[in-house]
Amino acid sequence: MEYIVEMLNITKEFPGIKANDNVTLQLKKGEIHALLGENGAGKSTLMSVLFGLYVPEEGIIKVRGEEVHINNPNDANNYGIGMVHQHFKLVHNFTVVENIVLGFEDTKHGFLQFDDAIKKITDLSEKYKLKVDPNQLISNISVGMQQRVEILKMLYRNADILIFDEPTAVLTPQEIEELMNIMKDLTKEGKSIILITHKLKEIKQVADRCSVLRKGKYIGTVDVKTTSVEKMAEMMVGREVSFVIDKEVAKPKEVVLKVDNISVYNHALKKNSVTDVSFEVKKGEILCIAGIEGNGQTQLIESITGLNPISNGSLTLNGIDISHYSVRQRNNSGVSHIPEDRHRHGLVLDYSLEKNLILQTYFKELFQHKGFLKFDEIRINSDDLIDRFDIRSGKGSTTSARSMSGGNQQKVIVAREINRDTDLLIAVQPTRGLDVGAIEYIHKQLIAQRDAGKAVLLVSLELDEVMNVSDRIIIMYEGENVGEFDPTVVSENELGLYMAGSKRSDQ
Amino acid sequence: MWEKVKNYLVANALNLNIGFFLFLLVFIIPQFFANNDSILLVIRGLIVATGGGYIFYKLLLFRKNNPNFKPSESKLLVDVAGSIIAILTGLLFGLILMLIVNPGQAFGGFFVILQGGFRNIKSFGDMIYFSVPIILTGLSVAFAFRTGLFNIGATGQLTMGAYAAVYIGVKWGVIGEFSPFLHWLVAILGAIVAGALWGAIPGLLKAYRNVNEVVSSIMLNYVAMYLNTMLIVKYIYNRDFARALAPKSTAVTPLMNLHYLLPNSSVSGGIVVAIVVVIILHIILNKTTFGYELKAVGFNRDASKYAGMNSKRNIVYAMVISGAVAGLAGGLMYLVDGKFLQPLNVLIPEGFTGIAISLLGLSSPFGVLLAGLFYGSLKQGGFYLQLYSFTPEIIDIIIAVIIYASALGLFLQKFVIRAMKKREMLIDQKPEEAVEGSDA
Ligand SMILES: Nc1ncnc2c1ncn2[C@@H]1O[C@H](COP(=O)(O)OP(=O)(O)OP(=O)(O)O)[C@@H](O)[C@H]1O
Ligand SMILES: [Mg+2]
Repeated sequence: MEYIVEMLNITKEFPGIKANDNVTLQLKKGEIHALLGENGAGKSTLMSVLFGLYVPEEGIIKVRGEEVHINNPNDANNYGIGMVHQHFKLVHNFTVVENIVLGFEDTKHGFLQFDDAIKKITDLSEKYKLKVDPNQLISNISVGMQQRVEILKMLYRNADILIFDEPTAVLTPQEIEELMNIMKDLTKEGKSIILITHKLKEIKQVADRCSVLRKGKYIGTVDVKTTSVEKMAEMMVGREVSFVIDKEVAKPKEVVLKVDNISVYNHALKKNSVTDVSFEVKKGEILCIAGIEGNGQTQLIESITGLNPISNGSLTLNGIDISHYSVRQRNNSGVSHIPEDRHRHGLVLDYSLEKNLILQTYFKELFQHKGFLKFDEIRINSDDLIDRFDIRSGKGSTTSARSMSGGNQQKVIVAREINRDTDLLIAVQPTRGLDVGAIEYIHKQLIAQRDAGKAVLLVSLELDEVMNVSDRIIIMYEGENVGEFDPTVVSENELGLYMAGSKRSDQ
Repeated sequence: MWEKVKNYLVANALNLNIGFFLFLLVFIIPQFFANNDSILLVIRGLIVATGGGYIFYKLLLFRKNNPNFKPSESKLLVDVAGSIIAILTGLLFGLILMLIVNPGQAFGGFFVILQGGFRNIKSFGDMIYFSVPIILTGLSVAFAFRTGLFNIGATGQLTMGAYAAVYIGVKWGVIGEFSPFLHWLVAILGAIVAGALWGAIPGLLKAYRNVNEVVSSIMLNYVAMYLNTMLIVKYIYNRDFARALAPKSTAVTPLMNLHYLLPNSSVSGGIVVAIVVVIILHIILNKTTFGYELKAVGFNRDASKYAGMNSKRNIVYAMVISGAVAGLAGGLMYLVDGKFLQPLNVLIPEGFTGIAISLLGLSSPFGVLLAGLFYGSLKQGGFYLQLYSFTPEIIDIIIAVIIYASALGLFLQKFVIRAMKKREMLIDQKPEEAVEGSDA
């Protein structure tokens, strides 16, 4: 028996779009099989079909050589299929064990029994070096840890066909490294893995074979060892993609944003999450805040955009003190913001695409008259942005944001914020979850904004992005600014040391 | 500007004409034939025919403009089908219950329920009359719900509205001498203001002190109930009958000619007010920046903050409007001849029924209007059910089951989508074969 899973000629349609059009995917036992494709190519959909979340219109699925019908996730479980979703599905006020056993609880006289479960989880966790504490609350653990909980959840249910949907989009480089090792260990134990990722480097690093989808169609399967990264990118996008960004040397002008000795106090943890941070962003430059996730970047940005109050210091935008401005006032005086969490802040998922594109501008003359929305203008605006930013969806302007693919949701936000044409553009992880083509496009856009005289403040966890796009780098460690660097001079290693806190410049 | 108006007129000529004729038929012409029954019959027939014809025409137009329309892809249709299945489940349950209680009469009684308010002209008018407060409380709950708030305090707001209206109706007769319509209008405005203020309290608490609106509005129901008793006894008490005084005749809701259309029934202008409110709320929610904000706050509070919307202010506004509509319900309920506010210390049930109606009406203003009328019809059915020696409480049980079933909405919707898909496949097959044939 060669293939453990075969998905043959799968077709799955959504209103207005064939998300999978005659797609075939064959997974060998014990391999890591990468699934590559542009945003909206239908990767998550294909995996949801395998996991029983959608029933395809056409095609057959074979598991261990036998044709099966997977109608819901429970069926999938029974066939040994487990999935870590693009957006995790954990209950935040439950502990790790409770989340893992959810739906598979042991009971004795009607009471929940956790002892056996805890033992099993601890064993599994040791065996695969997952380092998870079963008694922690989900809301208290990092994103990387949450992901390992999702992995444990699959293993606990004895799954041996594991699906990872963009597992690395939310991880730090260190965590990614660990995850790669975990996956290799898993295959050594005879598990088979399907890995969805946009990062070709990762595919090169762990995958054995790679299947490519483009606009719902199956393009082909290649052997990863013998195929270059450029070739894979070309297969997926349908044209050549450039990985180096050409940009001219920045010509910074007046200061737009001046951050002066800012501190942010965290009332829950009773300590500062940002301490005495100062910097300036000038017209015509891209300043990047780098660092490992959770070192105060989120809080710093929220205090600049007005979502979170500062406890100390001052913010000046174009010479005006905005420390006590409301979010609306800051927006109007020239701040746009691509937020870190697209589902929490960036989108109203139940609104249509066109309504999401006017989230901060609906009250402007252009879109309303005497309090009544101008639907024609709203449509014109969204058709224009969909076209310019290549936002793909089933029903264009009227698509509900919820039904869009993760990467296209991100494009909606980027399009909206860049289009607002403000003096300061704050971009937090703007390319999270985007395919290489889209990343290339957004990087070009950021640089174009810079060249048009905008000040760009970029927050990124990806060293590649930090090095390629920015003109100046500052690094945050434990809420403090520990050093400023010039990307043309500094090495990645050097940055790494600062990010890990083992080095800091004396200021 | 003029261009736009002209274009609209041209594009909607048919709609406007039909609207105008309906207006003539309903309000003007009946007055000339006040006591002539056969003419009335003809007019009613015409109205039904035009209304039906209009809907049919719209359907045809829609099919023509959207040839590829698939029912399972329309959220609205799927939702509505879910509600209809819920209703059928409730009715079926009622039938089974009746078969158990009194098998001999069960089918006769069930037919009466189905007939509901459509039994005769009188019951039709009564159905409308009884559904007015339900429609309004339903709207109140639905509006708050769209902003993400659960207004369980509609009862309290309704009580306060009712008291204010009756107080003005009893005490401010002077206005009535000046102009009867004005007196009613002032009383109704009083009801609206009282309800709005009562709704503002949980809104303010929620916005500025993060007090859960469910808890605070439930408690305010009791405050309103006892306050009502106290104020009645103090200011507008009729000792002989142990109830509130009757409002002056000038404050009673005008009939707006509807009694010509539906003679002998209790119908009054309340339904016109309710329909106006439906339209206003629909416009607020779907056409204005204010509604855009309210719904954004309801769907995703964090995103609305990110967008710079003032979610606190919006919460207060939403509760004020919700309370105002519930207050209006109270006003219309008690500004009626022969209906009296009672100092009884019971919560007025219409406020709670509104929750159910809002659920059944999918929290949309027009949906609530239909659901409210449906409720009124069932109530009428229950009334006539007594002819078959069943108790009208069966209706309440049916409604309770319907509500349970619509709470299972998601589950039902899956079912609906599957059924629709099956049908579409059957329909699709034939044309496809034809195309293949012509290709070969
Ligand atoms: N539930 C749904 N309803 C309607 N359309 C959907 C639904 N889910 C996905 N789609 C559409 O199907 C297409 C494929 O989506 P899918 O989520 O599979 O993309 P993806 O390859 O995972 O992309 P990404 O890399 O951006 O996550 C998209 O155009 C999307 O808009
Ligand atoms: Mg996806």
